[in-house]
Amino acid sequence: MSTVQQQTLPKSQHPFVEAVKAFRQSWAGLLGFILLLAVIFFALAGPYLYAVDPFEIIWAPLTAPGLVENAPLGTDHLGRDILAGLVHGGGATLFVGLTAGAITITIGILVGSMAGYYGGAVDETLMRLTEFFQVLPALLFAMVLVTLFTPSIYVVSAAIGIVSWPTTARLTRAEFLRVRSLEYVKAAQSIGAKDRRIIWRVILPNSLAPLIVSATLTIGVAILFEAGLSFLGLGDPNTFSWGLMIGAGREYVLDAWWIVTLPGIMIFLTVLGFSLIGDGLNDAFNPRLRDR
Amino acid sequence: MDLALTLSRRLLHAALLILAVLVLNFLLIHLAPGDPADVIAGEMGGATEEMLAEIRQLYGLDKPVIVQLGIYLSRAVQGDLGQSFFYNAPVVDLIMGRIGPTILLVTAALTFAIVIGTFLGVLASHKPKGFLSGFITVFSVIGYSAPIFWTGIMLVILLAWKIPIFPISGMYDITVEGSVFAKIFDVLRHLVLPALTLGIVYIAQYARLTRASMLEILGSDYIRTARAKGVSSSKIYGYHALRNAILPVVTIAGLQFGSIISGAVLVETVFSWPGLGTLAFDSILARDYPTVLGILFFSALLVIIANVITDIIYRFVDPRIRTGG
Repeated sequence: MSTVQQQTLPKSQHPFVEAVKAFRQSWAGLLGFILLLAVIFFALAGPYLYAVDPFEIIWAPLTAPGLVENAPLGTDHLGRDILAGLVHGGGATLFVGLTAGAITITIGILVGSMAGYYGGAVDETLMRLTEFFQVLPALLFAMVLVTLFTPSIYVVSAAIGIVSWPTTARLTRAEFLRVRSLEYVKAAQSIGAKDRRIIWRVILPNSLAPLIVSATLTIGVAILFEAGLSFLGLGDPNTFSWGLMIGAGREYVLDAWWIVTLPGIMIFLTVLGFSLIGDGLNDAFNPRLRDR
Repeated sequence: MDLALTLSRRLLHAALLILAVLVLNFLLIHLAPGDPADVIAGEMGGATEEMLAEIRQLYGLDKPVIVQLGIYLSRAVQGDLGQSFFYNAPVVDLIMGRIGPTILLVTAALTFAIVIGTFLGVLASHKPKGFLSGFITVFSVIGYSAPIFWTGIMLVILLAWKIPIFPISGMYDITVEGSVFAKIFDVLRHLVLPALTLGIVYIAQYARLTRASMLEILGSDYIRTARAKGVSSSKIYGYHALRNAILPVVTIAGLQFGSIISGAVLVETVFSWPGLGTLAFDSILARDYPTVLGILFFSALLVIIANVITDIIYRFVDPRIRTGG
């Protein structure tokens, strides 16, 4: 009787609320989230909990981990504390990753949305530009930019952003092309909404899902870039970062495995965190892929 | 569409891209802080007055920028990308001496990744929820997240300590003498670790990609038809499905060529492989800008050539594009 009437339609939910629920069920996404929280805590709170200057020489060079109490994770080729380096190096690495990621995504979305929305000559010009940037091997291009200007974490972030935006631009363009011809965009156009409003308020919010996934991965890639540049000696020499530690320990790999291995593990875990979150979000936003 | 017409359009397009890279190089010299003559001399403030005067004369640096661009381009088109004052040799000669090992490394890594990756992908598609599928997914996320130079260093540490079978540095062993085969074998032995390091990231990606496209294709009508008329399972996997499943791998491999070259720069530095990457590293340390910019140009050229080749391979693998249908 009444039980039949109580069976109403399921409550409608905002797609993002649904996505958050799906994300919570994805083990990859959750693992990534926990990993990233741990890394952020390590990088932000660490320097207060373990206040040893990473530049200070505290013990004999190349001391292996576990030998002396002052340097639980050993020392580098100058006798600096590895643990202090790990604790203090995370901030710069995360800063460059986030800044470079933000620059990449901003340029990518601007170029991609213009190309996808306006089409025609605008699209042609912008896509030629994108193609041009894709032809340049990104790391070499970033190396040239950092060399011509002085290496600082700002220059490094800007260089990474300038070389990595094409992927985001292509993705944004594809999404805009897909959404542009849908009815609600036509409706907005027919009631006289301005282009700017349609691009930012109508199409962009409906293209966000793949862009968020790509943004997460972009930050991870930017961190790998920073590590690569630092490894080649093109990082900011005055800011302690994990990449800088690897670059400095490069020559001593066979005598002291820990100098390079430990900061590498930190970079790996950070990027892994972003990759897993990206994977989880991808599953959450694409219900069709969930069962694959 | 006519093959010759498409190909010539592609080549014209490639030529325009090459020109654009040259213009970028020119702009970079002028955008850098300081006197362009200093940048070209590559010794920030250290070059003699005579040397700078000679450079200004050579590149017409006292003339309007557009004239300078003209001079730069016409010299470049004639194969003159300037002189390295650090190595005291023409940039083009330096690069020509180093480009071979880089091409060898990149092709070896790519071939390795495509062959193994596709093979694993096909195997995994046989059991979509099996162990191999899970392993490939996990492995690709891990491979994607580790800095490539770090993976290389870890291999060096592991192999130098535990199992010293492959050389960890350089491209030749000068003590190896004898026939050409002995020398080729020596180079191949040196190639194993760098190529493995560079290829490992892409193996998992290509396996994942092949698996996904195989699964999609295996559910399609023409495969069902093939099964219905009694075609053997191995022929369906190895011939009917793989032919289509490999298309995305070809596309992605072509698109990724630039990032593979970026990876090669790091891998070469780790293994002291005498290619463009180590040259770039050394010339950046020496602030040798003409060489650095020359390497940027030539690596972009490699990417452009790779894209044209990908196009041709694609037409070869997929007859639908050839006939335009």
